[in-house]
Amino acid sequence: MAENEERLRRTMMFVPGNNPAMVKDAGIYGADSIMFDLEDSVSLSEKDAARVLVYEALQTQDYGNAELVVRVNGQDTEFYANDVKAMVKAGIDVIRLPKAESADMVKQLEADILAAEKEFGREVGSTHLMAAIESAKGVLNAPQIAAASDRMIGIALSAEDYTTDMKTHRYPDGAELEFARNMVLHAARAAGVAAFDTVFTNMDDTEGFYRETEYIHQLGFDGKSLVNPRQIEMVNKVYEPTQKEILNAKNVINAIEEARLKGSGVISMNGQMVDRPVVLRAQRVMGLAKASNLVDEEGNYIEK
Amino acid sequence: MKNSVNRDLPEDVMKDLNYQPFESTEIGHPEIQRVAPKVHVSTGDDKVVTSIKQVIKDTLKDGMTISFHHHFRNGDFVFNMVMREIIDAGYKDLTLAPSSLTGVMNDLVIEAIKAGTITHITSSGMRGSLGDFVSHGGLKNPVIFRSHGNRARAIEHGDIKIDVAFLGVPNADALGNANGMEGDAVFGSLGYALMDAQYADKVVLLTDNIVSYPNTPASIKQTQVDYVVKVDKVGDPDKIGSGATRFTKDPKELKIAATVNDVIVNSPYFKDGFSFQTGSGGAALAVTRYLRQSMIDNQIKASFALGGITKPTTDLLKEGLVDKVMDVQDFDKGAADSMHTSANQQEIDASWYADPDNKGAMVDQLDVVILSALEIDTKFNVNVMSGSDGVIRGAIGGHQDAATAKLTIISAPLVRGRIATIVPDVTTVVTPGDSVDVLVTEYGIAINPKRKDLQKALGNLPGVPVYKIEDLQKLAEQKVGKPKPLEFTDRTVAMIEYRDGSIIDTIKEVKD
Repeated sequence: MAENEERLRRTMMFVPGNNPAMVKDAGIYGADSIMFDLEDSVSLSEKDAARVLVYEALQTQDYGNAELVVRVNGQDTEFYANDVKAMVKAGIDVIRLPKAESADMVKQLEADILAAEKEFGREVGSTHLMAAIESAKGVLNAPQIAAASDRMIGIALSAEDYTTDMKTHRYPDGAELEFARNMVLHAARAAGVAAFDTVFTNMDDTEGFYRETEYIHQLGFDGKSLVNPRQIEMVNKVYEPTQKEILNAKNVINAIEEARLKGSGVISMNGQMVDRPVVLRAQRVMGLAKASNLVDEEGNYIEK
Repeated sequence: MKNSVNRDLPEDVMKDLNYQPFESTEIGHPEIQRVAPKVHVSTGDDKVVTSIKQVIKDTLKDGMTISFHHHFRNGDFVFNMVMREIIDAGYKDLTLAPSSLTGVMNDLVIEAIKAGTITHITSSGMRGSLGDFVSHGGLKNPVIFRSHGNRARAIEHGDIKIDVAFLGVPNADALGNANGMEGDAVFGSLGYALMDAQYADKVVLLTDNIVSYPNTPASIKQTQVDYVVKVDKVGDPDKIGSGATRFTKDPKELKIAATVNDVIVNSPYFKDGFSFQTGSGGAALAVTRYLRQSMIDNQIKASFALGGITKPTTDLLKEGLVDKVMDVQDFDKGAADSMHTSANQQEIDASWYADPDNKGAMVDQLDVVILSALEIDTKFNVNVMSGSDGVIRGAIGGHQDAATAKLTIISAPLVRGRIATIVPDVTTVVTPGDSVDVLVTEYGIAINPKRKDLQKALGNLPGVPVYKIEDLQKLAEQKVGKPKPLEFTDRTVAMIEYRDGSIIDTIKEVKD
């Protein structure tokens, strides 16, 4: 697992790597993660141009606190090696491997990243990676894939390729993805990495988008891959904690602070011992509340 | 000679045209003498004619000033119809003084200049081939650009003395009672043309729709009209509306619009009975939609919406969220139709709308306005007139006038393509930074340092980063680089008046 502190990854926004206007503006929408795509959204004739464009953008543009991810071309393509080298050299946060089907593929990427880090004088281990699960084989091997590297930050389900592989297509109720979603989520949680749900492409179906996002939020996904910046606000809304959750979390945080001041190893609240899961949940809620502008600097709930 | 926004003004031209340099946005309380038109007395029984050629022959002489309105926008047939006859009749040395010039008029204006028919122009703006022609020195005398409010002022002062006004209308009776609301080529408010009707020595209406007498409501009245010319068609209804009124889906425009709304809602002016002006264009329509929701959420209603009106604004009127719409022009058919059916949508003339030399204009009562910019500089000066190549391609419109609102918001992307919108110095100052309060971009906002109250009110909005405008300028430069300076000759091709008639900037001939 690459990062111990829990980073918010509600939204991973796809940005076609060959579109200068979108690459330039990617930072303005408040996405937790920005994923520059060198793979499916870039035609064969533009692969090199896209790689150069994203490389230059990473050198010159300020994307604030967003986690920067690049989806490189698959390991079976002629573009993969140069993609990995260029992105490591550019100092990307995370390289996303498409069509991951085995732990070996992840280990191969890890080795290629390591070589590039050494070649370009980047700190060894500073480039993280993630894997996209896009096939039946990938889903069944998800536990091994998720645990294949210390650099791993998360795994993502990619439903378009997966449903094709499964000889079906996407339905509004998502029943066809039920197994894959749960598999990917469990694999991620068991390995201690993030789980990203797949994209929802019909921008005109706001209701459907909310329904799906609420569902994957309930399951426990960290967040969702997005194709349009307009979806960011909607996902964040679903992930907003309630006032009750925030007030409760604030009480837990206060109890932790009280125990720390007393030098006590046992945290108690209203006479009850507070155990670790409660603490973790409280910290997660406060993180979300801060990101949603629902609390002030001290963590006090802001009345709307 | 420099004015107070640090623009070098050519002394010889300033002296020749008897101009003062711009000093301040303050108008003060001067006493003004207005002019009155000549009246050729008639009982009105013989106004209807069919020959444009004959009317021109009877009214026009070399050296006179002629005017038109631009309410038909790119669906205008009247301008070209009349101009064709004037050029063919061999007139010389005319001054063209329309409320503005739209693209559909360009070819004949250029032809008329080349023929020596038109030697002087005053307008709100010009675009396309005509802007290019003038910027390349095609017209000997500098064009005078005036805002809508300033044109009204100039007409009342006699700075613009209209000899013959040719005004297209979608309906008129035999004596000249007319409005913009009925007929095939409806455009709603006749706001700008009302000035011409009131002050021109000769008023010629052109219409394809003569209705029974007396025609009401009469925006233009029979007491003002000399001729009513029956023509085949005054305009193309499909081209009168200024573009689509669909809600934008561009995420960047939406983000800017949402931020504009945040600024309005958190300003001290967002309270029951406030007033606003939004203008046209995708982002402005989006602001109206966000504002509507905020008004509902906060149970706030507006006393009036002002200026150029679109359907989303008249929808607010229907919903009861706005009490009155004060309408100087309509940008789409929905707004034009609404004027016909709603008693609370008041047609106002350009003087009532925005004339600074008035006993109070609507803009003086305006709380919030959202305006656009081609460029804005670190002094908050705005350019809506010249493009990144230095060529004339815009219109002042009501920009300078509405910017006198209590909260003037400029909404503009940080960069357009590879061109920075926020620059160290604008190419042409049209609206002085003194009247601009907040700049909204997709990256965040900048607040005019003179507005300490707004710095406080807007300094800590969640999700709305506040930058110094200098930092936004640097951010833009970091993205698109530093352009090579534009090159101009010494020749002045246009004067930009401020709304009080002083000179805020000039435009020079571009060097190729």
